[in-house]
Amino acid sequence: MTNLLDTLVMYFQYPFVRRALIVGVLIALCASLLGVTLVLKRFSFIGDGLSHVAFGVMCVAAILHMTNDMLLILPVTILCAVFLLSGGNKVRIKGDAAIAMLSVSALAVGYLLMNVFSASANISGDVCTTLFGSTSILTLTGTQVWLSVFLSIFVIAIYIVFYNKIFAVTFDETFSKATGLKVKKYNLLIAVVIAVIIVLAMKLVGSLLISALVIFPALSAMRLFKNYHAVIICSAILSVFCTAFGILLAVVAGTPVGSTIVAVDLAAFLLAYVIGGFRHG
Amino acid sequence: MALLSCKDVTLGYGSSKITEHLSFQVNENDYLCIVGENGSGKSTLMKTCLGLLRPLSGSIVFGDGLKATEIGYLPQQTAIQRDFPASCQEIVLSGCLNQCGLRPFYSKEEKRRAAQNMERMGISHLSKRCYRELSGGQQQRVLLARALCATRKFLLLDEPAAGLDPNAAAQMHTLIQQLNKSGITIMMITHDITGVIHHATHILHFDSQKIVWETNAQRQKAAPAPCVCPRHTEVRS
Repeated sequence: MTNLLDTLVMYFQYPFVRRALIVGVLIALCASLLGVTLVLKRFSFIGDGLSHVAFGVMCVAAILHMTNDMLLILPVTILCAVFLLSGGNKVRIKGDAAIAMLSVSALAVGYLLMNVFSASANISGDVCTTLFGSTSILTLTGTQVWLSVFLSIFVIAIYIVFYNKIFAVTFDETFSKATGLKVKKYNLLIAVVIAVIIVLAMKLVGSLLISALVIFPALSAMRLFKNYHAVIICSAILSVFCTAFGILLAVVAGTPVGSTIVAVDLAAFLLAYVIGGFRHG
Repeated sequence: MALLSCKDVTLGYGSSKITEHLSFQVNENDYLCIVGENGSGKSTLMKTCLGLLRPLSGSIVFGDGLKATEIGYLPQQTAIQRDFPASCQEIVLSGCLNQCGLRPFYSKEEKRRAAQNMERMGISHLSKRCYRELSGGQQQRVLLARALCATRKFLLLDEPAAGLDPNAAAQMHTLIQQLNKSGITIMMITHDITGVIHHATHILHFDSQKIVWETNAQRQKAAPAPCVCPRHTEVRS
């Protein structure tokens, strides 16, 4: 036990571990907040779709040798999010097909471009890193940390300010619209915020595993609690705990960060499922 | 001036017209029942009155200082709501949002109003309970309390008794009648004609051939079916 603690203390002296922990926890917090809304709106797969779009754009940015690929990834992903989420009721019937289509095309085109034009010697290594986020969270620079911190605070602030409105729009769009709430604007806001979170989260778990950060805490919390307020708070706490635990576990055990976090999230969900089953009989 | 007046309204989506030349007025304290077959345009009319759809032609005007956002609405339940993790209190409070404007949180007055409306619907004891665990009748009362938070005088109801057992449906209708007596104007779509027709002051009957507008007194006199022009609104005043 003391041995393990010593190892942890030793690792904490490295700035990259501290950075990974700060950024990881903040992103997980944001993802879990919006995750509840997305799961309830039946948009669980949007995380997957948007992250593949972000992957495709990232490949393009890599080919163009852009130093700050965020400048390209963020706007394109936001645009796709707006397209997918604010289509309204009529388009939403085809919503899951649209997400699937966008997702696979972006993945395929991204990989294709990378293969044809890339100057890098280790293409499959690069691709694997972006897909599974294996090490990029541990190689964050100071600027990236500040950018993540700034964007996370922005997302959390927006969520708190619009908490009641987001609830109303999620629960009953028609009623909200009929009583004069600007439903379109709030859907747009949700789309933009979710795109920002996904672009940030790519660094953490890679684009294949982002869905886990979005849906697992929400599903676990919904299993345990029955009012919206408690679900949101539980989801946030669970997500922060699982991510911090996952990062530390990965550092100590030398496993890939992204998949370790997702494994911890899955374990927490199974636990919540069992506890929920006991509580509701 | 009438609370709501429709003048020569054409309802429909895009290029397909459902109903033409529809004119009627809803005055304060009226209890209007809209009856008719599926697909005859009842829900479309309600959505158009709420501003969710635009009328293809004609005008819908609110009077008596009523704003379009000051209407209470009881929509039909959606699949999303059936497994939504929210307490009744949270749902009822969300009816107050149209008074909040840019203010992010509810004021004390709004919380008091929500509590008062739950009391009125007889669901105060359920305020902390989870919405998805309630019976159909209780869920409708929660949504009705939310609608009351959004309005002080005008309530639009879309089949409030849909999916309820006869007992719960009758209770729902009694509740709505009480609301009408306390000064709230009601405009309601229903399939349960026998259950509500004696409460209503006015009836708008959608039929595949015609639309009939009549007061309840006329309906009782006119037997068996009123004579009307095809596809035109007949107004008996």
